[in-house]
Amino acid sequence: MENAVVREAVLVIRDLCKSFGTNHVLNHFNLELYKGENLVVLGKSGSGKSVLIKCIIGLMKPEVGSITIFGEDVLALEHEDLDRLRMKIGFLFQSNALYDSMTVRENLVFPLRRHWLKKDMSRVKTDELVLEALHNVGLEHTVDMMPIELSGGMRKRIALARTLILKPEIILYDEPTTGLDPITGKEIIQLMIDIQKKYQTSSVIISHDLLCVSMAADRVVMLIDGVCYATGTYADLRKSIDPKVKLFFD
Amino acid sequence: MKIPNYLQRFFEETGDISRFAARFFKEGFKPRYEFGELVRQAFFIGYKSLPLVGITAFIMGLVLTIQSRPTLVEFGAESWLPRMVSVSLVREIAPMITALIAAGKIGSSIGAELGSMKVTEQIDAMEVSGTNPFKFLVVTRILAATLMLPILSLWSNAIALYGAYLGANIKGIVSWSLYWSQVFQAISYSDFIPSLIKTFFFGFAIGVIGCYKGYNSQKGTEGVGNSANSAVVVSSLTIFLIDLIAVQITDLLGLT
Repeated sequence: MENAVVREAVLVIRDLCKSFGTNHVLNHFNLELYKGENLVVLGKSGSGKSVLIKCIIGLMKPEVGSITIFGEDVLALEHEDLDRLRMKIGFLFQSNALYDSMTVRENLVFPLRRHWLKKDMSRVKTDELVLEALHNVGLEHTVDMMPIELSGGMRKRIALARTLILKPEIILYDEPTTGLDPITGKEIIQLMIDIQKKYQTSSVIISHDLLCVSMAADRVVMLIDGVCYATGTYADLRKSIDPKVKLFFD
Repeated sequence: MKIPNYLQRFFEETGDISRFAARFFKEGFKPRYEFGELVRQAFFIGYKSLPLVGITAFIMGLVLTIQSRPTLVEFGAESWLPRMVSVSLVREIAPMITALIAAGKIGSSIGAELGSMKVTEQIDAMEVSGTNPFKFLVVTRILAATLMLPILSLWSNAIALYGAYLGANIKGIVSWSLYWSQVFQAISYSDFIPSLIKTFFFGFAIGVIGCYKGYNSQKGTEGVGNSANSAVVVSSLTIFLIDLIAVQITDLLGLT
């Protein structure tokens, strides 16, 4: 066992519980994300996938449990420390969440300027980073356009570019292909894979899109009834005989 | 005894709005200060409202003068027209009309904008980007509304008095210098200062209620519409309540 590879967990979730009234969305949920891994959390609508990802980034507070990112307990962090940690984490929102009143450039510059450590960055350096992020998603020409002028797929790419601009080590994707046609969806998934390879990021991808799961997942976690019901590769889970798992793939 | 549901909702919402306003004081005076966004909001709330407030005030001054003339003529007090109209405008009509116009224009715009940002996760995106959305979006808007309403009210006063001059000359002749000398004789600081002070409260109420409604918007696009609508209704009602209280205080202080 001397040559065994020790995988470094960048995100560890233990016994996470989150309820809305009597609806126990997450019920002692456990998860690990390893460095360089694309982990897909698969579950049906309303199963708590988005709640999970919002708890990870600190937008929601769970009642019980712990979330550790790069060894830091997210739930115990003060606001400024949480902001510092968030610099290492990108979040692609389901609705893209581009600021309507800002141009693409301003949307991309916003997180750079807002994070305390980068607020004194020079204009030249900022422009460089904006163009690099836009180059990664193939949309350099949209730099001075408004979000309203872009198609759904382009908006998703710009949102991804905004996520990338801080060079995050972990990227959280909330339903990245929702609302996109299959071709554009496939392009976005390919983009996510390319980005992961280029920047060696680790990703948590929330999805119920099997195409996304099959293309992007190194490992799949099935979130059913608030718990990590099954885990494995896409191929493993596809072969499962468990009726609840089979239901997703049939 | 069970409190009726509508009363319970009313008290709950009043409590929530009060807590929201308290949060403004708690967070608004701590760094980091969002000066850039404050100036931007002051531009939108103040400068962009000048034409609408100006036109409304001009018409109000003109109409008030035309409508008041017959009564004053009846009592042989036509020469009192500039005095009467100017006191009415400065004390009550110009600040109220400005506040109601602002409640419609600014309150609904803040409610809809923040509501839309809430349902499209833009507020969450801000938080993830290292920004305190309450400070960036709410504090700046409330502060801008509080500071801009008095300026808009001053502007409205001036324009309404010009409108009143035109109104006074439609069916009569009042020279420019006589009109203004009568106006300035009639208006004293005790007319002007209380009305200016209450506009700060009007602006604060419009800002707080607009932001509260938008920031707590729910139920998708339907919620955005509801936020904009109720921001206007609640802030207009609150303006009347504040005015009522302000008039009582002015009266108690002997400034009437």
